Amino acid sequence: MKILIPGICGRIGQLVATELKAQGHEVWGIDRRTWLDPPEGIVVHHVDLRKRAAEDLFRRLRPEVVIHMATVSHLAAGSEEQRYRINLEGTRAVFDYCQAYGVAHAIFLGRHTYYGAAADAPLYHLENEPPRGLDSFPELADLVSADLYAGSALWRCPELVTTVLRMCYTLGPTGHGTLAGFLRGAYVPSVLGFDPLYQFMHERDVVAAICLAVSARLRGVYNVAGPQPVPLSLVVRQTGRTLVPLPEPLFAWALGRFGLPALPRGALGHLKFPVVIDSSAFCRATGFAPRIDEMRALQQFAAAFPIEKR
Amino acid sequence: MFWGTHDDIGRRVERLEIPFNDLGVDHYGISKPHVRQLLTALCWLYRHYFRVRVHGIEHVPRRGRGMLIGNHSGGLPLDGGMVIASAFLEMDPPRLVQGMVEKFFNRLPFASQWTSRTGQLTGLPEHAARLLEDDRLLMVFPEGAKGTAKLYPARNSLVEFGTGFVRLALKTRAPIVPFAFLGGGEAIPTVVNLYGLAKLLGTPYVPITPYLLPLPLPVRLDIHYGAPIWLQGTGNEDDEIIASHVAEVRRTIAALIARTQRMRRGWPELGRADLIRSVQDRPGPSTGEAEGRADQGGRP
Repeated sequence: MKILIPGICGRIGQLVATELKAQGHEVWGIDRRTWLDPPEGIVVHHVDLRKRAAEDLFRRLRPEVVIHMATVSHLAAGSEEQRYRINLEGTRAVFDYCQAYGVAHAIFLGRHTYYGAAADAPLYHLENEPPRGLDSFPELADLVSADLYAGSALWRCPELVTTVLRMCYTLGPTGHGTLAGFLRGAYVPSVLGFDPLYQFMHERDVVAAICLAVSARLRGVYNVAGPQPVPLSLVVRQTGRTLVPLPEPLFAWALGRFGLPALPRGALGHLKFPVVIDSSAFCRATGFAPRIDEMRALQQFAAAFPIEKR
Repeated sequence: MFWGTHDDIGRRVERLEIPFNDLGVDHYGISKPHVRQLLTALCWLYRHYFRVRVHGIEHVPRRGRGMLIGNHSGGLPLDGGMVIASAFLEMDPPRLVQGMVEKFFNRLPFASQWTSRTGQLTGLPEHAARLLEDDRLLMVFPEGAKGTAKLYPARNSLVEFGTGFVRLALKTRAPIVPFAFLGGGEAIPTVVNLYGLAKLLGTPYVPITPYLLPLPLPVRLDIHYGAPIWLQGTGNEDDEIIASHVAEVRRTIAALIARTQRMRRGWPELGRADLIRSVQDRPGPSTGEAEGRADQGGRP
């Protein structure tokens, strides 16, 4: 199949493209970033998704499948306005092009943080739940909007098979993703008295899940998760880091100081309450089962990013 | 056998039929070390402080799903803790009872951490259904927070029951094991509840005892499990049908309360049918009055 991947130069994008190429598909990418040494046969076009050059690519290449990975989830990346433009306007452009140029299958990669973290939320979220917690974490609004916009293609464009995948955190040796970034330093802050569950999957399993979604040509919204969730305290301990529990009133002040990562204030909820998803529908539809359990994912991350003991 | 040492508890925690991973955590976040510490404290209270007596533990399913449905007794959720300890200590293999915790609890530091690490999830229908589908043992107090807010004179009464538990039992085809919990009202004799202070603290109420703080007195407690009730249906029945099932469960619990009260007073037991009849005969919603009728009826 002819597959176009907007956002191909991210870590997961590169791995997905390489895997799909190995499976015998024709793969192209769109990204403003650079992939230094792509495998032979994968062509990356350095254009802006929202500009005419991107639309020309859709017109010329006529891809059968589009895997939209060109969203920004790192909360420190760019201003709110930039993130909004990339995430929502970029997503709108991709689905407009898909509809205009006869794409058969569009896959949108969303995040499980769509569901939000709240004290009275169910532990396991199902796909039919609305987003919550945006009032306390407005930085997530553009990603949630992009997810909902992509999902609306299910009724707006019935001829286009649309898959929205809400992926849990990635954790593995590439150090890709929000959780890996949070765990990068020697000291990891937590809110004193809270120890939420964190759900993550190894990047190899992420790639396998996306490739399965391509081959199964799924229609609908699916949660995608790996092995069982683990409390933050154990995640930190197993990766050789030191947990720094801070009383809630001190938390916002201490972030970004003393070697602690900088986080938006709204992220506090995600350090108090879990966001865990039920991916049984995706597993049933595709036969997906994570191959790398939580211990191995933690060990591989810890080995790739060791903390030097003083 | 002496129960309550850390090693004893540890051995029983190892025998819990819960799919812990290599880190000692299951997919609900239940953690072996936390369960061990909680049960060590609860079991000491159970054996040595409250000297809990348990009747009818054989009615609790040894494996598979089940709903323990009982009355609240006492201004703090002592009852839940002692029910958890009873299934852990008195059953073979031990079972971990998972309760439904009031939503405000999850907002409190440490409380949130301990409840989630010991399998006591926030009281949401989604949690209850998932636990039952997963063949866990669920504990529900259909009286809700109003049940623990009962004052001392009403300690053995029943307030209005919610109906959700019956629909849940029907949908998940789970047996209901009714139980009566007695003595909590004497252990924490609430004379008044402070609702204004509670609002500031983010709790439903603050119980005040004659000695001010709601610290439990070393009163003997009784837990009386009744025979399982298997309800037939889909859970989508009309409200009237559900209400009749709720009333049946409520009457059964009321009868168990009356029966256990007689045992606590050292009176001879009535047959179960006599007790249920005596409770059915009474007009009011509370078993406080009914309990008197049942007692009078059986008084030698």
